[in-house]
Amino acid sequence: MLNYIIRRMLYAIPILIGVNLITFTLFFVVNTPDDMARMQLGIKRVTPEAIEKWKHERGYDKPLMLNDGEEGAAKFTHTIFFEKSAAMFAFDFGRADDGRDIAHEIKSRMLPSLAIALPVFLLGLLAYITFALVMAFFRATYVDFWGVVLCVALMSISSLFYIIGGQFLISKLWHLVPISGYGGGLDASKFLVLPVIIGVISGAGASTRWYRTIFLEEMSKDYVRTARAKGLPESIVLFRHVLRNAMIPILTGAVVVIPLLFLGSLIAESFFGIPGLGSYTIDAINSQDFAVVRAMVFLGSLLYIIGLILTDISYTLVDPRIRLE
Amino acid sequence: MKALFKYLLAPLVALLSACGGNPWNSPYPATDAGKNILYSAFAERPKHLDPVQSYSSNEILLTAQIYEPPLQYHYLKRPYTLIPATVTKMPVAQYFDKNGAQLPDDVDAAQIAYTIYEISIKPGIRYQPHPAFAKNEQGQFLYHDLTARDLTEVYKLGDFSRTSTRELTAEDYVFEIKRLAHPRLHSPIFGLMSDYIVGLKEYSATLKAAAEAQSGQQGKDGYLDLHSYPLEGAQVVDAYTYRIKIKGKYPQFMYWLAMPFFAPIPWEAERFYTQPGLAEKNITLDWYPVGTGPYMLTENDPNRVMILEKNPNFHGETYPTEGMAEDEQAGLLADAGKPLPFIDRVIFSRDKESIPRWNKFLQGYYDASGIGSDSFDQAVQLTGQGEATVTEAMKAQGIRLETAVATSTYYMGFNMLDPVVGGLSESARKLRQAISIAVDYEEYVSIFANGRGIPAQGPIAPGISGHRDGREGVNSVVYDWLHERPQRKPIASARALLAEAGYPNGMDAKTGAPLVLYFDVTSRGADDKSSLDWMRKQFQKLNIQLVVRSTDYNRFQDKIRKGNAQIFEWGWNADYPDPENFLFLLNGAERKVDNDGQNAANYDNPEYNRLFEQMKNMEDSPKRQQIIDRMVEILRHDAPWLWGYHPKDYGLYHAWYGNVKSNKLSHNNIKYFRIDGSLREQKRREWNEPVLWPAVLGLLVLVASLTPAVIAYRRREQGTGTRQASPAAQGGASNA
Repeated sequence: MLNYIIRRMLYAIPILIGVNLITFTLFFVVNTPDDMARMQLGIKRVTPEAIEKWKHERGYDKPLMLNDGEEGAAKFTHTIFFEKSAAMFAFDFGRADDGRDIAHEIKSRMLPSLAIALPVFLLGLLAYITFALVMAFFRATYVDFWGVVLCVALMSISSLFYIIGGQFLISKLWHLVPISGYGGGLDASKFLVLPVIIGVISGAGASTRWYRTIFLEEMSKDYVRTARAKGLPESIVLFRHVLRNAMIPILTGAVVVIPLLFLGSLIAESFFGIPGLGSYTIDAINSQDFAVVRAMVFLGSLLYIIGLILTDISYTLVDPRIRLE
Repeated sequence: MKALFKYLLAPLVALLSACGGNPWNSPYPATDAGKNILYSAFAERPKHLDPVQSYSSNEILLTAQIYEPPLQYHYLKRPYTLIPATVTKMPVAQYFDKNGAQLPDDVDAAQIAYTIYEISIKPGIRYQPHPAFAKNEQGQFLYHDLTARDLTEVYKLGDFSRTSTRELTAEDYVFEIKRLAHPRLHSPIFGLMSDYIVGLKEYSATLKAAAEAQSGQQGKDGYLDLHSYPLEGAQVVDAYTYRIKIKGKYPQFMYWLAMPFFAPIPWEAERFYTQPGLAEKNITLDWYPVGTGPYMLTENDPNRVMILEKNPNFHGETYPTEGMAEDEQAGLLADAGKPLPFIDRVIFSRDKESIPRWNKFLQGYYDASGIGSDSFDQAVQLTGQGEATVTEAMKAQGIRLETAVATSTYYMGFNMLDPVVGGLSESARKLRQAISIAVDYEEYVSIFANGRGIPAQGPIAPGISGHRDGREGVNSVVYDWLHERPQRKPIASARALLAEAGYPNGMDAKTGAPLVLYFDVTSRGADDKSSLDWMRKQFQKLNIQLVVRSTDYNRFQDKIRKGNAQIFEWGWNADYPDPENFLFLLNGAERKVDNDGQNAANYDNPEYNRLFEQMKNMEDSPKRQQIIDRMVEILRHDAPWLWGYHPKDYGLYHAWYGNVKSNKLSHNNIKYFRIDGSLREQKRREWNEPVLWPAVLGLLVLVASLTPAVIAYRRREQGTGTRQASPAAQGGASNA
């Protein structure tokens, strides 16, 4: 298994280089280094000298990908792309365009992101699997029918609507929790209730339907018929047999997102005033801060790759027949 | 059951107890209830809090409370009046010729080689407590030689256990002026100031060389001791006096002395923050200000909250004892002579989205709010006389509305380099005049700004000297004076002008082709479609086809810089209350294309340029007003801009928020505000009683809907058992 993991990690390097190249190209198609300088320096009374100085200090005065003024390898290494990318593979994210340390920001913002994403993930998984099992158990009854109708309705509504609607009902009309904000320690709990509830509800439709389909498929298999024929109670059939055998597709969807939980949610964090990494990414995009955007895309790609490897490993845990070679 | 309580109910109980009698939806700790705190929100995190770099309105909201430049604006007097802040008296300009001989005050500006401002500060002013000043028993600085080991447990400024202070000296003001030219700082006013402060441009080169020379030893971010490099334009006279030397005459310089760019910075702070390892922890002067003002920044988490607290070392200042006639009636002089500041703490919470911000204001969790277009109808109504007032719902909550015309202008510019709409030819001029009449800004303000603005008659905003009200301030190219008010000329006049311009009925008289003009705008969302459609219709009145060219902001700026735009929208916020700060926007020397200046229309009229040079160095006087009137008349005639409108700022304030008078140029106003914390607490409780019945109802519905399913499940389980027990089943099993 170790060989497999090492091989997968090595595969990750060209993928990360590719992602970095695409991010770089897309970013600089839209923004030039001059645009970035103007965004940071403001639009009032900014002189061309100030722009040149800003670019020079941050290494944005070099050619983007090919330096015709240099010879040999320096043609490629004395470029914005190489200089900005090389350090990142050593996890040196550098400074944001406003001078602040990106690694420090990522560390301090990871926890607030996780504070919402982890409960949403765990509670959601529990709730969706439970509802899906209930619907599967009561298949072809009113519970199943109205459950599917509810799922389709929930899937059809935009997540932004859940946020605004939830804030309106629970915070504005019923005054049960704060509309937005964040606090440290136990104080954080009152701010997390609403985003977690909304996070779970907004994902309920699609996930519950997906799990229901998995369970129904499993329930139609021969071993389930055999278990029932043996006279096992339906709860035992469901929880001991169907659930265990449905774990592989569940894990495929669930484990892969675990590392990404650190990155938070772009929209929810903005609306609930959660100072997480999702909010950080949105701010960076708005302020054309390439240093932060590339760091977040790099981190996202890396975590996704880690998620995929973890998924593979988890298969071996739930299904002893699988071997990673 | 015990386990259920432990894992599910215990956190709920903890949550409720954490609220501690506070309304459940309160975002603040219960311990802060009723305290003398001002609650405000911010949407965008500030980029710079170093006064030499900070230039944005969201930054100055903080820096103006912390840093004290030598001068400030009187809080209540209008027109805006400069008064001493840390100085003993207002500085007086002394003029000198090129031989160093002093000239009389009324001398012709052309004879003045340089101006000297000698500024004396009040003794006894002390800085806020800060670790940069802390010393040990031997008088050595405790935190000026930090090692990596010293910083292992340091994550924020508050982690330095010892703080101290020292007296403000003239040296600190000179130090800050020198910082304008610091090679590692990007002061937005360096370009402008190096044209005026003697030797500043050369000083920048000197510091750059010095920084490069020492970068090998101390690294590129090391401390650069500015004391070792004298600057001719800023010199210390004695401990409490310094002198600024300006090239020629520049009366507007006094206004700059009221901005944080000229606030004092102690060298100890710069020395402290430039130590290795602190920037990596985001502990920089750009992030943790050190000032002498009424407040100091005690918590700086711009992702969540920024907190200002009273500076215990504040030198003391009292509430103004005089103001305008209406101020007495409005109760704005009730605190006259009382020591400032009134509020103990200011909490700025980050709320990026307008909907949560607005709702929290209505719940009493923010003390004031602006009004977005979404909530305008909910908040404001117009009286029979057309006056804006709060709606009944707002009134019931005790919310009041304060309005003020901003010292800003939003205009539509013509690129004067464009072959169709640009230039000073009679044809192009008449075309622009015709369009000026056709685009109905009264309607625009009414529809798209909810009436929050006044159509402009020229570039100078109301409240700025040089602006004229009433009949004498009317733009006679666009308006007639009828029934004691300006009346936009009929569209027939615009059509006639268009025909005279060579485009009868919107067709080119020479080619017969329809006239097509291009409106360059930044990318707009669906919300702006209606305003762009409206603009097309305005041009359609003259049978001119308007093509909207939408692009992102970067490309838009690029077009403006290169002179590739034809018609565009832009705006300007005044830096100071002098007409020069508006009229320079159309000065030929400021053209965007040639000089990368602020004249986005690239307007260049020799007579206007000459008058501008004459006017800019004059003190306010009838003669200056005469020149300004002539300049404005030239502009109206040439019409390089559609004058657009001056926006009106609307602010909503709760009943417990006192001493508010809108002041668009001065930003250090928090020290004057007053909060009635007990009234706020009472109202918050009243407005935020928790409503529990929907949660109970929801729970009941859930239980009711699941009950039949549970019953069916139990029945099925029992049924399975029955089948198991049946002889047939047993027989079948044994057979198998």
